[in-house]
Amino acid sequence: MHLLKDDSAADRLSNPALAERVRAQEFAAELAPSMDHLDQLEAQSVYIFREAFARLKKIALLWSLGKDSNVMIWLARKAFFGKMPFPALHVDTGKKFPEMYRFRDHYSKEWDLDLRVEPCPPIDAVDPTLPPAARSAARKTEGLKMALAKYGFDGLIAGIRRDEEATRAKERVFSPRGLEGNWDVRDQPPEFWDHFNASPPQGAHLRIHPILHWTEADIWAYTKRENIPIIPLYLAKNGKRYRSLGDQDITNPVASNASNIDEILIELEQTKVPERSGRALDHETEDAFERLRVAGYL
Amino acid sequence: MNMIVTPASSATPNGTTRPQVRIVIVGHVDHGKSTLVGRLLHETGSLPEGKLEMLKAVSARRGMPFEWSFLLDALQTERDQGITIDTTQIRFRTNSRDIVLIDAPGHAEFLRNMITGASQADGAVLIIDALEGVRDQTRRHGYLLHLLGVKQVAVVVNKMDRVDFSDLRFKDISDEISAHLSGLGVTPTAVIPISARDGDGVAGRTDRIGWYKGPTVVEALDRLEPARALEALALRLPVQAIYKFDDRRIVAGRIESGSLLAGDEIVIMPAGKIARIKTVESWPVTPVAGRQGAGRSVGITLDRELFIERGDIIAHADSAPRETRRLRARIFWLHDKPLAKGDQILVRCGPKESRATVVAIEKAVDPGELSSTENKAIARNHVGEIDISLSNPIATDPYTENPRTGRLVIEVAGRIAGGGLVLSVDAGQRAVPVDIVPVESALRSDERSARYRHNGAVVWLTGLPASGKSTLARALERRLFTNGGSPILLDGDTLRAGLNSDLGFSATDRSENIRRLAEVATHLARNGHIAIVAAVSPAREDRAAARRIADTAFREIHVATPAEICEERDPKGHYKKARAGALASFTGIGNDYEKPEAAELVIDTSRRTVAEAADEIERMLKTTGVLFDEVVDLAANI
Repeated sequence: MHLLKDDSAADRLSNPALAERVRAQEFAAELAPSMDHLDQLEAQSVYIFREAFARLKKIALLWSLGKDSNVMIWLARKAFFGKMPFPALHVDTGKKFPEMYRFRDHYSKEWDLDLRVEPCPPIDAVDPTLPPAARSAARKTEGLKMALAKYGFDGLIAGIRRDEEATRAKERVFSPRGLEGNWDVRDQPPEFWDHFNASPPQGAHLRIHPILHWTEADIWAYTKRENIPIIPLYLAKNGKRYRSLGDQDITNPVASNASNIDEILIELEQTKVPERSGRALDHETEDAFERLRVAGYL
Repeated sequence: MNMIVTPASSATPNGTTRPQVRIVIVGHVDHGKSTLVGRLLHETGSLPEGKLEMLKAVSARRGMPFEWSFLLDALQTERDQGITIDTTQIRFRTNSRDIVLIDAPGHAEFLRNMITGASQADGAVLIIDALEGVRDQTRRHGYLLHLLGVKQVAVVVNKMDRVDFSDLRFKDISDEISAHLSGLGVTPTAVIPISARDGDGVAGRTDRIGWYKGPTVVEALDRLEPARALEALALRLPVQAIYKFDDRRIVAGRIESGSLLAGDEIVIMPAGKIARIKTVESWPVTPVAGRQGAGRSVGITLDRELFIERGDIIAHADSAPRETRRLRARIFWLHDKPLAKGDQILVRCGPKESRATVVAIEKAVDPGELSSTENKAIARNHVGEIDISLSNPIATDPYTENPRTGRLVIEVAGRIAGGGLVLSVDAGQRAVPVDIVPVESALRSDERSARYRHNGAVVWLTGLPASGKSTLARALERRLFTNGGSPILLDGDTLRAGLNSDLGFSATDRSENIRRLAEVATHLARNGHIAIVAAVSPAREDRAAARRIADTAFREIHVATPAEICEERDPKGHYKKARAGALASFTGIGNDYEKPEAAELVIDTSRRTVAEAADEIERMLKTTGVLFDEVVDLAANI
């Protein structure tokens, strides 16, 4: 050891504050490149992915094939240096757009994903008191519950964002679900300083939300910067494009001329139309979405 | 809930980046937080077209007058109760800032949500009702802001319309809250009179508050600074995981402070091992060159293979954090059951976790009360200062030296129950100097296991004097040795002749005696031996401490021979002397032996031969994974 080589080394040992000052001066000469907004978002998401992988036993990423979950897979590969070390779970309603299935089949191979496709039960099995679109989405919740029972996951990684929808703004990053997969919005544990509640009760599971803090514009800016592939339905054709992709029968395109990501970002700067406006289920009754989420919908 | 607001990401296509500042609005329930937020969205032009009209229509339909707070009460449950339940996030812009507004609930029931929100904030707005003045939750939130490290606090005195815009009333409140905050070490950046309902003071100075010359709310927000850079502090890289997905062994974590560069000499705490950073790994391009600063999630490889685990902290050798088993913390408590002395908790410092015991409650107060009454336990929503004894050493910094690594959370039953700041690490504990580098054994534990055909363990025999502990210990030692194992006997009395010769029989000395026995035994167990400890060890707390030190290697055997038989045996003549009053502090004839409640094995030697008892111990060691059964796939344990 190069101890006590000179006075300053000895001082540093006895005085950590001095050591810090000396170090700070040394750094003045060479600073690390500063992080921009997207770098910060990415670092935070990577941290969350690694926490989930370290603290839970059996996790899977919910791949809806949309722009958000594609960014999530990209971030997972960043976190784990190339390969996502857990399955990508696609709960398939069977009613997605053909472009989405083509995308799934192509990129699950190219990205070397452990893809698990799980079907949903028939619509008759779902709460008939829900409005039609909400009922259709609730079917997906049932499919998810079946997949959970089949594999015994204790954590599911989901690509929801706080800015998407009011009830999602209330989410935690690690969000406990009850034994029935339900979400108790009134009794959420505290979560601060990036410490997460990662001990679900026996038989229950956690939802993990690595991109909760991202916005729609962040997703597009990052997709562009990282050159992440997208489904072409997001780009305008004949004056219309999809801002959000769900099942064919309950998702509508919005009026738009944005034919590339730069134009999408400009459009988002100007629009005051909410992202999920094309999602029928959000607008059926004032509380339909919250009822769904309490029951375990994403 | 920024579905209702224009996107305000700084990731704009023209590449301009505006500082993004996260703020939280806190204060007593009903002092007007949601109203202020609604008004701010309106004044900054952030509301979607038609939203205001729609809400006015909804209000009319429900037969209620329109309130600005309705903008936030998007959840039906909130409208039903008239209170904001949880943290919601809203984005809007001032002249030069992108503001992410975290609305935190003021209701005392939801303090955990206030903390969840405020912990993410760079700055805060503390709101006070001009009519009601400073209330308990105002003080509580002020205190928690300070505890959470939020230093930039703007105070707004709301509902000035209710006090006829009286400058005297404003001054009273301003003086009171400024005094309170400065007592906590927080200087408000501004104290602003407003009427959120009517708009005075929010974006403009109106005639009604013509006597006020300071900034408006929007101007005050515009002056907030983003979180300060942590890069100038000493390097702290807490290890989240070690990945071996391919031939690389990558140590992954987020740089909490400082920066690092490939080639740096680093020290891994708390063990104090030294290594050099070989590469900084990344994806899709790897390795990456250049310095990596605070905030980055990184992966590094080292120039040598060292045992590193999740929770270790990587630092530079000349500015390493302190290693401690004992620290003092200032905490806030959110659990239903008050935190009391002696409570068993789980402490998390970054990715590091350790079981711990609360050894003292130095302060316990309700930060909402004006005069603080001291309590013995820290109740829910109260704060205090505690001393914690950790079962595993952790490396940490006082929060004054490092705001990131100097904070911890406390878990009870798997749920976050509190959090706080590290005030100091035990001064009696050496601050590990870099010239003490514990030497790693040249052998791996699986090499030893392969030879001995057992794992390391601490077999702890506890029981009354003359209950048969030493006899059993010797029989077990012989048996394990005959089978090719490596048993080592640690007899309490034998160690008192040397290592522990400075200790007497007071409760403190007995505890220290047990601690040293446990430390020595654990060191042997870590090196693959089976340490057999025979010690009366009458105090349950001392044995619990020994179990914490040895952790998963600990196997407790209660030698439960009835007291009258022990006294009848009396091979050392101690019972006789004690009865005659010639042996003080003798365990056995009083009721001072505390029986184990969950020993791995209980043996009554008055009903078994020594060989039968040794059989039982051997069986227990097999079923609990210490002794290997016949053929074992050793490769599986590597």
